[in-house]
Parts: sequence; structure tokens; C-alpha cells
Amino acid sequence: MMESNENILEVENLKINFKTYAGTVKAIRDVSFNLKKGETLAIVGESGSGKTVTTRSIMGLLANNAVVEGGTVMFHDQDVLKMTEKQLQDLRGAKIAQIFQDPMTSLDPTMRIGRQIAEPLMVHKGMSKAKAMAQALDMMKLVGITNAENRINDYPHQFSGGMRQRIVIAIALINYPEILIADEPTTALDVTIQAQILDLMRELQNKISTSIIFITHDLGVVAGMADRVAVMYAGKIVEYGTVDEIFYNPKHPYTWGLLSSMPTLETNGDELPSIPGTPPDLLDPPTGDAFAPRNSYALKIDTEKEPPFFKVSDTHYAATWLLHPDAPKVTPPVQIVARQKQFAEMQKKLAAEKLSHPVEEEEERQ
Amino acid sequence: MDYHNAKKVLEVSHLKQYFNVGKKDEVKAVDDISFDIYEGETFGLVGESGSGKTTAGRAIIHLYTPTSGSIKFHGDEVVGMKDKTKMKQFRRDMQMIFQDPYASLNPRMKVRDIIAEGIDINHLAKSKEDRDKRVAELLETVGLNRDHGSRYPHEFSGGQRQRIGIARALAVEPKFIIADEPISALDVSIQAQVVNLLKQLQKERHLTYLFIAHDLSMVKYISDRIGVLHYGRMLEVGTSDEVYNHPLHDYTRSLLSAVPIPDPEYERTRTQIGYDPKYEQGDKARKLVEIAEHHWVQASPDEIPMYQERAKKEGLKVL
Repeated sequence: MMESNENILEVENLKINFKTYAGTVKAIRDVSFNLKKGETLAIVGESGSGKTVTTRSIMGLLANNAVVEGGTVMFHDQDVLKMTEKQLQDLRGAKIAQIFQDPMTSLDPTMRIGRQIAEPLMVHKGMSKAKAMAQALDMMKLVGITNAENRINDYPHQFSGGMRQRIVIAIALINYPEILIADEPTTALDVTIQAQILDLMRELQNKISTSIIFITHDLGVVAGMADRVAVMYAGKIVEYGTVDEIFYNPKHPYTWGLLSSMPTLETNGDELPSIPGTPPDLLDPPTGDAFAPRNSYALKIDTEKEPPFFKVSDTHYAATWLLHPDAPKVTPPVQIVARQKQFAEMQKKLAAEKLSHPVEEEEERQ
Repeated sequence: MDYHNAKKVLEVSHLKQYFNVGKKDEVKAVDDISFDIYEGETFGLVGESGSGKTTAGRAIIHLYTPTSGSIKFHGDEVVGMKDKTKMKQFRRDMQMIFQDPYASLNPRMKVRDIIAEGIDINHLAKSKEDRDKRVAELLETVGLNRDHGSRYPHEFSGGQRQRIGIARALAVEPKFIIADEPISALDVSIQAQVVNLLKQLQKERHLTYLFIAHDLSMVKYISDRIGVLHYGRMLEVGTSDEVYNHPLHDYTRSLLSAVPIPDPEYERTRTQIGYDPKYEQGDKARKLVEIAEHHWVQASPDEIPMYQERAKKEGLKVL
């Protein structure tokens, strides 16, 4: 993948509240992350954890009752949160584009699809209709719509779910955006179609080197798509790292729970490890670690004080008191121990390959 | 599981469920499927959207009247059953858990009355106290609080609602439950809870499940045997281990190769198998043939040797 170290987007201490009739919902509680050029960052978490709200703030698409309590979203040295509506309109669909979850409802049912794909070109680049339609046709071919010439004047209902999602992707990518936000783009699709769409996204990313923020709750999809992963829980990022670090060396008990509660095709046995309870009510977030009530590894301090981020490696951080030097040693669930073993093997192999180069010492905190 | 001595609870043979019969837009949603479900097992029905898995479930529980075919439950023919008492017993013995926990509970009824509806219809409670006691016990069985009964569905989360749906199904002491995508609408951390509950209830109450889902890893985990549906036809049936580890039909192979696995190493090296429907289309007459023991594949007579060859390569004991 075409990665670089240049940060294209920096989100810093973002806090977003929603005013509702029942009170103030603290949906995003101090979230910071960055996105590098050409990489895919996956944000995982369950519904209500704040993944969608985070990305909506990047697009300037927050609902009317949302209040940004603090923080910045810097895109090329400009704070998106402070942009005027006019500036935001120039941003959306041109530099930052989004693919939504449901391809059935994100297309205009009364507009021919060629016109829908060409529209961003006409709006943002002032292109003539004929020229825009020609590019739209090329884009349709690129995203794999068969028989594109004949189908350019069809309406969305004439396409299957997978084809509609291809159209949505075509619309999002027609302006070669710098950032593509994909919010559960394959959740509504069948596995075989999902695999096709994911392949298509990877292929297009290589072609136009866009950065992708991929939101999903499906860890299988994350494993195949992401360069880096951020795990969100109750409006906060609780752990982030490279995809290997999160899947093979997770440190936060919530990540442990997520990874071990997903059966793989190899899983057998009587009981599936599950995370007990339900996510907290963000009208009144608990003091201390919000995950503590569901966490069988919770320490006393978890109910009193929120854990800061502890460094695991240069790229891997986790907000859990278990990483504090004074914390008692705990053994993660068996599934996680197995993953960690795999990680250790991989590290060894990597180290052996690097032997001829100056050795970069990776901190071992087991 | 020993399938030689196991008792058949459900026998589906040549089930066809067509819609708009005789019209231009006739849909063969379920087209001649046959399978048996044994007592105490979980039979998983997998397939993509439009494969007919939900229609099959609904035809079996008699929400639709099948176009043709036979469905035997405990040996009694259900299709065209005239005996009202028997039909009522069937309706009681077979229950359903639905996919959408938001749409399947009446928002204007209290949870207590939702759960007790089947108890009332079947006159299972001797008195009001008995009714309340049963509801309270059911709520506790599914992991809810006994005083949740006085609340309305909107006061519950998705996972809790699905538990209410399970309690409602259990209220009439069924023997067989059809679970149609019962966890698809739930969050990952809640899915495992509900799956564990279903497994635990199966053990305690000797239930038999027909589990319909598109999440292949979850189906594999919960099912003893699996049937793969495509375009309304059953392409492969076998124990879940065998179907997943040694799939014989091209479609099953392609479907399994598309399942994303939460393992980045695996994902990097994964190769997806494309699907060429040549062994499914055309006008050859095909039926399920037992290739290896308890492992059935849809094949025409001239395709049988090919599947036997495949089974040999997979190290299966060919019949």
C-alpha cells in the first residue's frame, strides 16, 4: 500500500455532545487520532460507541442538536469544525467523500445513475455535462459495472445491491478524494458480494492513493482491509495500533472480548466467550473506565479514575490500567493468548529477516 | 451425534414454495428441497439473500401454504392438515424467533402480555397468578429481570428485545424452534450472549433448532448439520465440520472462501474462489446424492463420479 508518514487528517481532543429531551448525551468523549496519506484506518466498535459521529464531524455533517464541546479536526492546516457552510460544500464530495451503509437508500431513486455519478464533477469542477458523463462512464467501467454503456441511463432500482454499492463508490471516487470515509459499506451485502466490493476498494485505493477511514463492527473485514485499527468504546478510543498489533497483541480487555467473542470457522466448543452486560448510557457516563462494569479484569482504580493511554510500541497504545507498571499480572482469555503466541512467532521471523540491518528493538511488555 | 438411531423430528421432502404461480413474474423461491432434522440437533440453513432460506423457514412453520411437497412433523403430515386440534398442537410445538427485534414485538403491548399471548391462546395458565408466575420464570430464564414484565418494548435494547422474543417462543413449551437470523441485528458483543443463551436453552429443554443465517462463522459454530441453499435449491447437506472443512460443491467452496476471518495473516494470503454455476444450471435433473456418509451434494447421475473423486481427494470415506 502507498503509505507515507504525512498526516492528512489530525483529530485532536474531539468532544461532541448531543442535546436531547432526556439530557445531554456525551457521544464523543475526547477522541484523538490521525490519518496518514494512502493508509486505511479502521474504526471498530459497537453501535453507539461513536464511530459514525466521529466521521460525521469530519464531513461537517453533524445533526442540528450536536454541540462540539472542544477539539479540532485539522485537514490540511484547516479546522473543519470552524469552516463555513460554503467551505464545507467545497470539501464534501471533492476532497472528502463518503460511502454509506445502505446502497438502497443512498442513491436518488428518480435520477439516472450516469447523471448521479457525473453530478459531483459538474458541481465541484464545473465540468460540462457531456464531459462529465464521459468520465462517469469510465468510472462505471472502473468499478466493474458490466455493460456500462447500456446501463448509464438506468435507474437505481434496476440494479442489484452489490451493483448499487459499486455505483455509490463510483460517485464517491469520481473526484479522486483525498479521504474516503466508508461507513459499514458492506454490512448490507452478502459475503460473496462483500468480498467483491472489498477487493474493488483495495484496488481503487492503490490506483488513486486515497486514504480510507473504514468504519465497521466486523473484525473479519478489518483484518483484511486495515493498515491501522482504532477500537472505540462508549465515545472513546480505547486502543489503537497497526492491524497486526491489534489482532495478535491486543492489550485492552474490550479488544480481548471483541476478538474472542467472534467465532472463526475453526471455533468449536460449548460456550462462546461473551462480554456480559450492555454498553453504558452516555447521558450519564460512569466515572472511571466506562468499560469497567463489563470487564472481568477490572481493577479497583478502574471505577475511580479513567485510564490514560499507555504505550505498548511506537504505534500501539491502549487505555487500560492493566498496563500500569504497578498493575497485577493477568492472563488474557485463551483465544488471546493463542493470538499473542502467533504474534511472538511473527516478531521472531521479522527479527531474523532484519538481522543484517540495524536492529530496531521492540519493547516486550507481556 | 449418532444419526442412525436418532429420531427424525422434521421431514421435509420435495418442498416447493412458488409465488405468483402461473403469472409472468412467477418466483420459485424454494424449488424442491428435501432434508430431515433430528431430535435435539441444530440444523443450520445458510445462503445468500434471495436463496430462499427465510421462505423455507416460513413454509415449514406454515406461515405460507406450500405450493407442493410434504412437511412431516413427528411423523404427521402438516401440509393440508385438516384436524384443528392437531394444527393447534403443531402451532404450539413449533415456534419462531425473528430477525428484527424492533419489528417483531408489538410496541403497544407490555412485555408481560407479549410473552403471555401464547399462554393465553393455549389456556396454559390456570389462574392469573399462574400466568404471572410463568412469565416471571420465563423472563429469568432468558436473563431478564422479573419486573421487566410491566415495561414496553421500546424501553429495551436490541439484545434484551431478542431475549423477550426468545421468552415468547418458549412460553408455550415448544419442541422445535425456527430462528431466522436471530442475531444479525445485534452488536458483536451481544451476539455471543444470545447464541450462548440459545445453546443453553437447547440443552435444558431438549429443543431442536432450525437456525437460518447468512453469517457463516456463527452458523458453523451453532449448528450440528448444515444445508447450503442457492436459488431455492439445496446444494449440499452435511455435518457442519464436514461442509466447512471439506466442501464438495463449487458454490459452497466459493461461499466459504469469501468469509472474512479476523486474522490479518490469513486475510493477506486468502484467495477467493470464483463461482461458475455450471453444476447448478442447465436442464439436467439433479437431486441430492449421498457422496460420503451423511454428506449430500446435488448432482445429476453423470456428475456423481466427479464429486466422489473430490470427496476422495478431501480424504472422505466415499460411499
